[in-house]
Amino acid sequence: MAPAAIIMLIALFYPLVYMVYGSFRDWDPSQRLSETDFVGLANYVKLLSDEAFIESLTVTLTFAFVVVFFEMLIGVGLALLLDRNLRGMSLLRTLFILPMMIAPVVVGLMWRFMYHQTDGIFNRWLTDLGLDRVDWLGQHALTSVIIADIWQWTPFIFILSLAALQSLPRSALEAARIDGATGWQQIIHIKLPLMAPVLIVTMLLRLIDAFKVLEVILVMTEGGPGLSTEILALRIARTAQEFRELGEAAAMSNYLLLLLMVLTLAMFGFTRWQEARAQKLKMLQREEEG
Amino acid sequence: MPRIQLENLTKKYGNVEVLHGIELDMEDAEFTVLVGPSGCGKSTTLRMLAGLESVSSGEIYMDGKPVSHLEPKERDLAMVFQDYALYPHMNVARNMSFALRLAKRPQKEIDAKVLEVATMLGLEDYLARKPAELSGGQRQRVAMGRALTRDSGTFLFDEPLSNLDAKLRGQMRAELAVMRQRVRKNMVYVTHDQIEAMTLADRIVVMHSGEIQQQGTPEHLFKHPVNKFVAGFLGSPPMNFLDVELHYRDNQVFANGKGFSLRIDADLAARAVKQSQRHCTLGIRPSDLDFDANAGNNAALDLKVSVSEYIGSQSVLICECGEATVTVEVKSETPIALGEVLRFAVRSDAIHLFDSETSTAI
Ligand SMILES: Nc1ncnc2c1ncn2[C@@H]1O[C@H](COP(=O)(O)OP(=O)(O)OP(=O)(O)O)[C@@H](O)[C@H]1O
Ligand SMILES: [Mg+2]
Repeated sequence: MAPAAIIMLIALFYPLVYMVYGSFRDWDPSQRLSETDFVGLANYVKLLSDEAFIESLTVTLTFAFVVVFFEMLIGVGLALLLDRNLRGMSLLRTLFILPMMIAPVVVGLMWRFMYHQTDGIFNRWLTDLGLDRVDWLGQHALTSVIIADIWQWTPFIFILSLAALQSLPRSALEAARIDGATGWQQIIHIKLPLMAPVLIVTMLLRLIDAFKVLEVILVMTEGGPGLSTEILALRIARTAQEFRELGEAAAMSNYLLLLLMVLTLAMFGFTRWQEARAQKLKMLQREEEG
Repeated sequence: MPRIQLENLTKKYGNVEVLHGIELDMEDAEFTVLVGPSGCGKSTTLRMLAGLESVSSGEIYMDGKPVSHLEPKERDLAMVFQDYALYPHMNVARNMSFALRLAKRPQKEIDAKVLEVATMLGLEDYLARKPAELSGGQRQRVAMGRALTRDSGTFLFDEPLSNLDAKLRGQMRAELAVMRQRVRKNMVYVTHDQIEAMTLADRIVVMHSGEIQQQGTPEHLFKHPVNKFVAGFLGSPPMNFLDVELHYRDNQVFANGKGFSLRIDADLAARAVKQSQRHCTLGIRPSDLDFDANAGNNAALDLKVSVSEYIGSQSVLICECGEATVTVEVKSETPIALGEVLRFAVRSDAIHLFDSETSTAI
């Protein structure tokens, strides 16, 4: 057990430590890490005033929050709509999760074709309807990649929400109907509050994932035009390969890592808080009976 | 408030029919109690009345208007669920006030109403707790409270007191009895408890495997059960049944069993003669047997006492009568020794006879 644990620790932490160490150095890819100079926090400080980095961070944050917001809205909405036992519903549900099963690179390619300036389906529709073409991957690149991501990941939220919905206590909903709640009031006062724990964890998971998005955007826009869709992951790759600033790239990854860590901690904190609450309830009950 | 009629109501789950043509008329402001063994369809009937289950065929009328297509909230009713069905994320006060809040009543009125009902139910110290923080009996009281804060025309109760201790149950029963006098509401009440059924009901409805066996006032059902099932179901301890053969002698009818011969009252005898019955089942309630060593031969049973169950001022004796078992209810001070054969007088007007094939009363 001990050797296995040590190997695991090394495997897990060596790259991490390497990266953190590297981020404190002025590091060119042609150098070995031992030959580099120690520069303290210079890389980090420099990034804070680097407009391209700030831009990229903004793009990432905008992308992540916007996609997660809409994915939650549409996913939960669809789940609320399709939570009924009609004929053919299970087939429909299976169809809904297809986008999630397609490899991200393929999704990127697909949407790139659909967004194509002259041959893409969207612009052909628009011209057929006599409207102006839209410069999807140019002027509206960020919106376009957001739409693609929503298409791909809404099913994830949908599935988890549906599962949460179907495990709600049926009888509480019946009681609400007797108490005079309309469909909307049932959703607002009963369904959503009872689904909240699952929804919050789902949202945090999606958020963490959205910060790391790469393939779809890489295939669709390669970060362009300009910096308009250059999310952090892309920026890091470019800093390392094109600008040959390994130390800076490492510092950037650490910023991203820090952001993800905060989110992960928030998620663990939330589940911990919930468990503690459940525990407290049990204790209280036992006291009562005892 | 409304007059409720169930007309030839049936319920099917898939191909299985669980209710077969329920016919029931509930008068304005009547307290109706549904009783019957587990799985006979009491909850299903109640849930159809509430609009939570669809009607397979037949119709429900409220004040003459068909309602089976209406949503629950359009039927103006409150309900206590068998499994409580509390809102897990709301505290007791919010559980109880949910309907009032949806109806946008003034906050002051809501608070007052909740406090009044909670006090009546002994829940005033728990208003801030969530259902998970309550014991089973407390939860059941919250379920009850949630219905009682409502001002609906019809109240549906599905075993609302089943989880309370004897004392609390007695209190709540009394509260219900008072409420029943005070407010003119229609109440439909499901219970397994004989005392609740007998004390609260204007009308008792006995159900068995999805069919109504008999309905009427508690007294009527107790005294004149239409069949062996109703006779055995109402009353505790249950009625004794003995196989007998009827003999006609000197213009009188005698029911002969193993080791006894009981004279049957003239009215009952006449009916038996008319139906030319011979083999039948004799029913006698445990409370209609009196310890009396001097009783006459044709009005007594000789029973061998095998077990005596002390239940306070009364004791229940379990006795042997040939191969059959007979229970007798006696005052606890009656001097009884186990194993002894004792004579018990049978009140002749308390004898019931049932057709041994169809089980219907003669
Ligand atoms: N959703 C369902 N699907 C299939 N059968 C059902 C369903 N609900 C109830 N039943 C059947 O209908 C019959 C009546 O059930 P119901 O719940 O009305 O009984 P009950 O009289 O309330 O019994 P209890 O006293 O145990 O509560 C039972 O045989 C039960 O198995
Ligand atoms: Mg039931």
